[in-house]
Amino acid sequence: MTDLLKILENDARLSPETIALMLDKEVGDIKKMIDEYEREGVILGYRTEIDWDKTDREYVSAMIELKITPQRDRGYDHVAQKIYNYPEVESLYLMSGSFDLAVFIKGKTMREVAFFVAEKLATIEDVISTSTHFVLRKYKDNNIVYGSVPVDERGNEF
Amino acid sequence: MLDYSKIISDTVQDIKPSGIRKFFDLLDGRRDVISLTVGQPDFITPWHIRVAAIESLENGKTYYTSNAGTMELRTEISDYMHRRFSLSYDPKDEIIVTVGGSEAIDLCIRTLVNPGDEVIIPQPSFVCYGPITSLAGGVPVYVETKEEDNFKLTPEELKNAITPKTKLLVLPFPNNPTGAIMTREDLEKIAEVLRGTDIMVLSDEIYCELTYGREHVSIASLDGMRERCVVASGFSKTYAMTGWRLGYTLAPREVTKQMLKVHQYAIMCAPTSSQYAAVEAMRNGDPDVDMMRSEYNRRRRYIVAGLRGIGFECFDPEGAFYAYPNVSRYGLSSEDFARRLLDEAGVAVVPGTAFGDCGEGFVRISYAYSVEHIAKALDRIEKFVNNL
Repeated sequence: MTDLLKILENDARLSPETIALMLDKEVGDIKKMIDEYEREGVILGYRTEIDWDKTDREYVSAMIELKITPQRDRGYDHVAQKIYNYPEVESLYLMSGSFDLAVFIKGKTMREVAFFVAEKLATIEDVISTSTHFVLRKYKDNNIVYGSVPVDERGNEF
Repeated sequence: MLDYSKIISDTVQDIKPSGIRKFFDLLDGRRDVISLTVGQPDFITPWHIRVAAIESLENGKTYYTSNAGTMELRTEISDYMHRRFSLSYDPKDEIIVTVGGSEAIDLCIRTLVNPGDEVIIPQPSFVCYGPITSLAGGVPVYVETKEEDNFKLTPEELKNAITPKTKLLVLPFPNNPTGAIMTREDLEKIAEVLRGTDIMVLSDEIYCELTYGREHVSIASLDGMRERCVVASGFSKTYAMTGWRLGYTLAPREVTKQMLKVHQYAIMCAPTSSQYAAVEAMRNGDPDVDMMRSEYNRRRRYIVAGLRGIGFECFDPEGAFYAYPNVSRYGLSSEDFARRLLDEAGVAVVPGTAFGDCGEGFVRISYAYSVEHIAKALDRIEKFVNNL
């Protein structure tokens, strides 16, 4: 039932009643499916998309490329765990290509991020090198274009 | 000061402005209004289609195309109509690319109608058929489609409307504003009435990709119908390309040849960059159409259930993107209902009478809006009718 997931992914605030109408299903079935998805970890949470640039929060975000020596038996998983356990780390991906792990973090200042990289990431035993890229501007995230307010420009005829 | 009423053509002066337009003028300047009025997709034309037009401009494709449209696009249209609706038209001389479905309708009517000829127009329906018929000197003959017939054209009503002067039948399905469709069986009954006559059919299939549950059938694909059909369609509703103004006609070559003269002198050719975009739409646009159709379908179920929940009798629309609820139980005319709904609840809908006198008792509600938007509007509508 990827339809249900797509609808929720796009708008988690739609009620089961509304979704049931949209998909021509029973409300009870929709609730049951959502419960099941939550239990199985298909649905992991419900979040809000916020354009922090429109608030007075001061922050910087960065992507850090890490090169890693994978360990026998445990591959990358062990070092990945060491990294994602830091609450500062928002996302962590294992990548193909010229580096191994992509770490996304947000900090209050560039200093704070630099400090985190130098003190926390670079010091992990299996980390060979780090390369830090600061985000200058977020154009689009999770299918939402940032910075603009949607306006219905349609004329009214026909 | 000139007396323009003595100067301007009587035919044009006699034409009424669109009833849809008239209602929108009331909306001007009101900011708190939730509108459910528009007859166009809320999706922006898919990016890959826009890119095709941009590239064509970058490559300097800024000239006229041949009158009938680029051969490349006509070939795509031919392939597409064959693939989707089992229609076979030769791109060489049976297809004309037009400025929107509107021009396709105009071309057909002007090419076929002699002064005094009668054109049978089922109503409620889109507003242009009657006025264009009048401009051509023809006589519109309106046939009411009824709620109890699911707003389909019935063979009996068609038979009753046919006279020796009947030249053309307009078949506007999937229908704006009712959302009604004609199934193969329904069309077969209409075809049966027409076989053996000289009556032509203008099949306006602009909403052909927006049907829910069953595939659209073109009357031109039925036995013996091709020779008497002009199919008018376009890119506006299917690919969310209203502003590109691009449509087409499919018709037997003898008819196409004559229509092409009208097109040649009035239009020259459809916009070139739009034609490049349209090629991309037809080649690679199927996933976009599927996505939009399934999104409309969700909204359709939601709004129909919502309206019924409020207490409206609402016909189950199987095509286009409109719901057409019956509002007569509230004791107001369509226009009063729509006007008061706007004034008292800040929701704009179009009175059914904009689509013919038989639209009395109904309003058209577009669901080319997000579910969130529709939900807000339904809330307001519910409060409004509960206070009536």
